[in-house]
Amino acid sequence: MKSKASLPVSYRLAVTSRALAAVFGGYLLASLTSICMAFWLPISRADAVVSAMMSSFVFYLLAVIWCFACRSAWRAWFGILVPSAVLATLAGVSHWMVQP
Amino acid sequence: MKEGFRQAMAWLHTWVGLIFGWLLFAIFLTGTLSYFKDEITHWMQPEVQAHPLDNARSLAMAQTYLQQQAPNAARWFITLPDSRQPGLSVMWQDKVDPGKRGNFIRKRLDSLAGSEVQARESMGGEFFYRFHFQLQMPYPWGRWLSTMAAMVMFIALITGIITHKKIFKDFFTFRPRKGQRSWLDGHNAVGVLVLPFHLMITYSSLVIFMSLVMPATIVASYGSTDAFFDDLFPATTNAPALGQPAPLLALGPMYDEARRQWGGGHVERLVVNNPGDVNASVNVIRAGSDRVVHDFGSVVSFNGASGEVVRVSTEQSLPMAISGSFYGLHMGHFAGPVLRWLYFICGLAGTAMIGTGLVIWLGKRQLKHAKTGVMPFELRLVEVLNIASMSGLMIAIGAFFWANRLLPVGFVERSNWEVQSFFIAWGLTVLHAMLRRGRQGWVEQLSLGALLFIGVPLLNALTTSQHLGVSLVQGDWAMAGFDLTCLGCGIFLAWAAWKMQHRAVAQPKAERARAMHLKGGVN
Repeated sequence: MKSKASLPVSYRLAVTSRALAAVFGGYLLASLTSICMAFWLPISRADAVVSAMMSSFVFYLLAVIWCFACRSAWRAWFGILVPSAVLATLAGVSHWMVQP
Repeated sequence: MKEGFRQAMAWLHTWVGLIFGWLLFAIFLTGTLSYFKDEITHWMQPEVQAHPLDNARSLAMAQTYLQQQAPNAARWFITLPDSRQPGLSVMWQDKVDPGKRGNFIRKRLDSLAGSEVQARESMGGEFFYRFHFQLQMPYPWGRWLSTMAAMVMFIALITGIITHKKIFKDFFTFRPRKGQRSWLDGHNAVGVLVLPFHLMITYSSLVIFMSLVMPATIVASYGSTDAFFDDLFPATTNAPALGQPAPLLALGPMYDEARRQWGGGHVERLVVNNPGDVNASVNVIRAGSDRVVHDFGSVVSFNGASGEVVRVSTEQSLPMAISGSFYGLHMGHFAGPVLRWLYFICGLAGTAMIGTGLVIWLGKRQLKHAKTGVMPFELRLVEVLNIASMSGLMIAIGAFFWANRLLPVGFVERSNWEVQSFFIAWGLTVLHAMLRRGRQGWVEQLSLGALLFIGVPLLNALTTSQHLGVSLVQGDWAMAGFDLTCLGCGIFLAWAAWKMQHRAVAQPKAERARAMHLKGGVN
């Protein structure tokens, strides 16, 4: 990295934005993935919940890596929020199908 | 971030490592000490005598004691002694308030005589164990923060692996006495050498607190966490008291029956609900040290008045076994002496990896300012935090042990003051690091740490009758091992202080030239 004084404000804002996407967006995505896994895994409910929670941290990790590896901060948010919206919809549908 | 994937990952590794590095260093070091939690407690409470194990007798003693002291309690807990932990401890709760924690009265009994042991009040090794995941914060904030730190550690590990793609080749390159290069080689070597341990310990810490930090999954599937735990551990739902008194049977035969059910497995704890009621229930809980895979639900339940077996827990399902093995591997309850030392060494390697990482971060950036001799504020801040979080923490631990021997046995709030001295000493090292320039700060703090730790065996000899001459002869390995480990640690700190003092060789030329120039001026 270059020395700090030469970094423009836009760069710093972009890094902040990525960090927020990684921390909060990543948590959201990990939680939603975990919720969907718990609904869909074809094992007993307790086992499904335990397995889903156990693997959630891997999804968190992947989300964080995505946020800092992609080309721009906008893409970082896009890559987090679109899958989150899809998973949230699917989780909502699953929940509604179980308890109409 | 226009660079490639690996550069981006190196950037992430550098910055998350820095921000959480100090906290992670403290968590790793205190967590490593927790592998010898019982041995530390033994040293800190030298009054508790170890006896040959006779659990049937200890159990009978505990039951008699509780019958006399707490016949109307809502719940009794009896924790039996084992090979590492000599004390028999009993605990009771007068009333159980659902949703509330606490209200426990805890007593420590002599495992053969059944009388209360008068030992100095001290948290012992429990302090380090609690600190490494609660961070001296109120529930649940400390657990959240430490789990966040664990997630950062996980990210730092994986991005570190991505950064060093030539990981195994790098491992065989160690260039000693090359300043910055040696630190980096050391960082890579400890990182790669115990990588499986790092990954295991980090991921397992996430799994241990997963129901705390990922509650959405539970709420979505069950509606509430209580419903989830009731489904997970049916053994914890016991029959309510009926209000008809009935004598509680002897616990001994239930203990034997539970062990028979487990094919000779060991008992860790017994929980008696509503003793003295016709609906009394006795839960006999299996010791975690029996197997690597921990099973929270491994319980045999009895009716306390009739003695019949009410429930035997079933085998774990595969996902439960996986999460149980994460727990078991993290805690290492199953480990014998050799494996326990291996755990300890791996933990130290992890601590060293974090420490070298912090030193490298600063070292790289300091080089740029070596010519001017003026350090920008942010680098100075990192330097102060580096010194206080590493050598300062060692001093704090030393102060904790010294306080244990120096505070009078009957002192009010004694155990609290031991903990206070830990934090006061740590706070003072921050002040000291702020006042002294970098290298001086390191050298002085490392030297003080060395003095404290080398002094521990002497202090033990002066204040108790269990010095090395006695403990080694009696074969009290926990006591002797503690003294010797402190001695070794003190010698290591002295070596580090000496190295720091004579580091001039590895310094950049500019600074050396300046030092020569100064010397010339004096002459």
